[in-house]
Amino acid sequence: MTNLLILQLLNGVQLGILLFLVAAGLTLIFGIMDFINIAHGVLYMVGAYLMATFVVITGNFWLALPVAMAAALLFGLLLEYTIFRRLYERSHLDQVLATFGLVMIVTEGVRMIWGSTPLSVPIPALLSGSIPLLGIIQYPVYRLAIIGTGLVVALGLYLVINHTRTGMLLRAGASNRPMVSALGVNVGQLFAFVFAFGAMLAAFAGAIVAPVLSVDSGMGASVLILTFVVIVIGGIGSIKGAFVAAILVGVVDTLGRSFGPILLQMVMDPSAASQTGRTLAPMLIYILMAVVLAVRPAGLFGGRPA
Amino acid sequence: MTLRTATIGAFAAAGLVGGAAAADEIKVGLMFTLSGPAAVLGEQGRDGFLLAVEQLDGQLGGLDAKIIVIDDEQQPDLAASRARELVEREDVDFVVGPIFSNILQAIHGPITGSGKFLISSNAGTSNYAGAECHPNFFVTSYQNDQNHEVMGAYAEREGFASVFLLAPNYQAGRDSLAGFKRHFTGEIVSETYTPLGQLDFSAELAQIAAFQPEAVFAFMPGGMGVNLVRQYQQAGLGDLPFLSAFTVDESTLPAQQEAALGMLAGANWAPDFDYERSREFVAAYEERFGSIPGTYAMQAFDAAMLIDAAVRAVDGDLSDADALREALRSADFDSLRREFTFGHNHYPIQDFYLTEAVQREDGKFHTSIVERIFDDYQDTYADDCEME
Amino acid sequence: MSDAAARRPRRSGLGLPTRHMVAGALFVLLAALPFIATAIGDPFLVVVFTRILVFAIAALSLDLILGYGALVSFGHAAYIGLGAYCVGILSRHGVTDLGVHLAAAIGLSAIFATVTGAIALRTRGVYFIMITLAFGQMAYFFFVSFAAYGGDDGMSLAQRSTVFGSDLLRDSTTLFYLTLAILVGFYVVASALVGSRFGRVISGTRENALRMQAIGFRPFRYQLVAFVIAGCMAAVAGVLLANQAMFVSPAYMSWHRSGELIVMVILGGIGTLIGGVVGAFVVLLLEEWLAVFTTHWRMGLGIVLILVVFFSPGGVSGLVQRLFGGNR
Repeated sequence: MTNLLILQLLNGVQLGILLFLVAAGLTLIFGIMDFINIAHGVLYMVGAYLMATFVVITGNFWLALPVAMAAALLFGLLLEYTIFRRLYERSHLDQVLATFGLVMIVTEGVRMIWGSTPLSVPIPALLSGSIPLLGIIQYPVYRLAIIGTGLVVALGLYLVINHTRTGMLLRAGASNRPMVSALGVNVGQLFAFVFAFGAMLAAFAGAIVAPVLSVDSGMGASVLILTFVVIVIGGIGSIKGAFVAAILVGVVDTLGRSFGPILLQMVMDPSAASQTGRTLAPMLIYILMAVVLAVRPAGLFGGRPA
Repeated sequence: MTLRTATIGAFAAAGLVGGAAAADEIKVGLMFTLSGPAAVLGEQGRDGFLLAVEQLDGQLGGLDAKIIVIDDEQQPDLAASRARELVEREDVDFVVGPIFSNILQAIHGPITGSGKFLISSNAGTSNYAGAECHPNFFVTSYQNDQNHEVMGAYAEREGFASVFLLAPNYQAGRDSLAGFKRHFTGEIVSETYTPLGQLDFSAELAQIAAFQPEAVFAFMPGGMGVNLVRQYQQAGLGDLPFLSAFTVDESTLPAQQEAALGMLAGANWAPDFDYERSREFVAAYEERFGSIPGTYAMQAFDAAMLIDAAVRAVDGDLSDADALREALRSADFDSLRREFTFGHNHYPIQDFYLTEAVQREDGKFHTSIVERIFDDYQDTYADDCEME
Repeated sequence: MSDAAARRPRRSGLGLPTRHMVAGALFVLLAALPFIATAIGDPFLVVVFTRILVFAIAALSLDLILGYGALVSFGHAAYIGLGAYCVGILSRHGVTDLGVHLAAAIGLSAIFATVTGAIALRTRGVYFIMITLAFGQMAYFFFVSFAAYGGDDGMSLAQRSTVFGSDLLRDSTTLFYLTLAILVGFYVVASALVGSRFGRVISGTRENALRMQAIGFRPFRYQLVAFVIAGCMAAVAGVLLANQAMFVSPAYMSWHRSGELIVMVILGGIGTLIGGVVGAFVVLLLEEWLAVFTTHWRMGLGIVLILVVFFSPGGVSGLVQRLFGGNR
């Protein structure tokens, strides 16, 4: 039982890390630019599709990854230049409407280019296979690599935000935007940088998850809602909050699914427990969010209500 | 607001010039899920049917066929509305479709209630097989439980002492596990239900590893199946027998690839089925659409051939519904499955097979028939149907 | 002009009289629809438009809190589902009367809205959006797991709701007129509501909650009442949707549907009441019309949405205003 618990914790952390990579960009864009980007999830999807394409073209995972990232960055800049730039000064609702439209366009575009059949990306040989962990239980190397990569990215973000001038501007921008522009900072440039960087992080998450999940046109929508849950629980604009909330959501979701019915069996009979368990399991993260917001209306690390 | 009278160009009936009376025409509405992530299944159904009409020179039963293709968008209320549109406004003679059971539930009433014929080329729910069977409803696929029953019977025969069951938490998922258990008497170590649309199965795979069952049975259609199968291999469970239904098939194999090789499934057909007509169909479909057809396409193709034969049998007289129904019931057509008859509840009586995912010489993946599990098998709900 | 003021959502500048005239003209046109449909030989239009009217009712109710209270509920479709399930479950147990269905739908949704609203209204802005989503998803997953009433497959209705024992609603045209009458009634009620002292407190709170508190109002209560009223209206739409489709499904309450409602309201123009109605017409008619040409119709709709935001602030209502120079 302890083995299983540790294993599930690892799984939860791995899901959390993925969510963090997508959420980090979203919370920055939201916190600093005060911009609701419904289309953030499609960048994750586009990252995965680009990865699938370049792996086929280059035949090499390690070659395809940087190429896909460069392409995703270009795509992000293109979107910023053609669409998002015109929306910064508009109301949240206009942003919702326009980026919702963008989701439809990109999703259909992906279906037109790549078709409806799901695609896949093979795991690179270097990271394939499983390693024994805790006796009989195996754990896939690739998932450990995802966790490691995510932690490195999180650490990098932490260093950039807390120990560089750019990071200082980002933090200042998140807490008081007019002040930053009053200080003579080129806000337009800062915005473009934040946006492109956030887009690339989401695409990176999509690219590294492509060997684990099927690449299909529904993957953007499913991750989008989870990501919003994460940034709201963490508090909008807070990278630290996004990290904590992402891990929390990942672990609660994973453990709830596997241990929920077992825990419930202690208080009710098995069939009722399994019925209740499977009704509650998908609701858990929403219950978590509702409870967090009921107690802390601006999220765990949110400074100001948005 | 004209409707999708999308008589798709290449397939369009060889139109009769001049005042062709409506009586010389047969109208069929195809309702499949053609947008969204699940579109790949609907596209197979649509293409399978249209291929049949194309091979029949744009005719069904000797009448010029007008095909109206409708997207149900996997939204039941929209599907119900568009189904009524087909029967009330377009006055179609037949509706063929849909893929998903909840769509079937939504469109069944509007179509059969209007006196038109509904031919399901995929969804086959238990209620319409049993107590709610309807004279104007026919199914060319299967009853939903049957492919799962095949795997239960196989697991029983192989003598697996313990099996781990896995399905999404929705009606079809619950039916699936019930179907598996119908013929399996060994130990079920766990019945695990996952939220619909779940993408990461690490929690469940860890449990499987912990339980160490002798086999796993899973029902995970679409993208969920792609993820499960690949993650199953990645978790190092490859040596544990993987039994499934609707999880490893021609719609998911292009993404599962090597990860699915050797995995077992229950089905009523596979592309390498040993029958001349079936081989011709697979070759024609591949040439036309560039992919290997799965059962979704095969069943829609058979639906077209069923209509063709029935209309021919009544000499193109669509006005006599009773005669047409009798002709449909006789199922006097050359099915791609070789043997095909209807039970009194209008669900098929057919053979079921154990299939295995294999790779063809040209590198493409498909399912391959291993052996026959059930002979002339009828669903278990038919007894509740009071139709003669 | 402060940053906040510049970024405030553009409300349509349509003056009240103009707005009521537009609404009146639209309603009269709709009342004539069955005759027009018969005249042009396409009676089926009535069925299509009944479904659109149902979503127009739901969008109208959402605009009441979204447009006037800045309460962007991302779980509004849950109420449609609750209303629909009242019809489905009661009918299953032999209670087919429309009055009972409506009463149950309104009662149930009032309870659900009061409980969830009391929690959700502690939050603001995006946090409010997400907490309403959370409650909507909980309702959705509850009915997906509710195997006794069809679970994910949903349940089909043997017949429509009865009115005092008669099956009046069997006739599509009658159902159409009932739906239209409810839409008009709700429009009138909602207009009166936003024009009343109650409505001014709601709008005042949107502009400046602190000020409202300072002058002695407790905005929370007003907002909660508005939230409950909007939920009840959407539940009535759900009762009508169940009757129109003769089918009840958890799909009615998925977050996609809630998102579509928000899109309808913003597209039509927030804070106008009639905007939500117009938005529902535009979205659903575009969907029908574009789907004629291609299964990739979503791309067309997406392009329209972006163009509206770029070139027509204030949505379709804003466009109407600029075209006809509505009086402020």
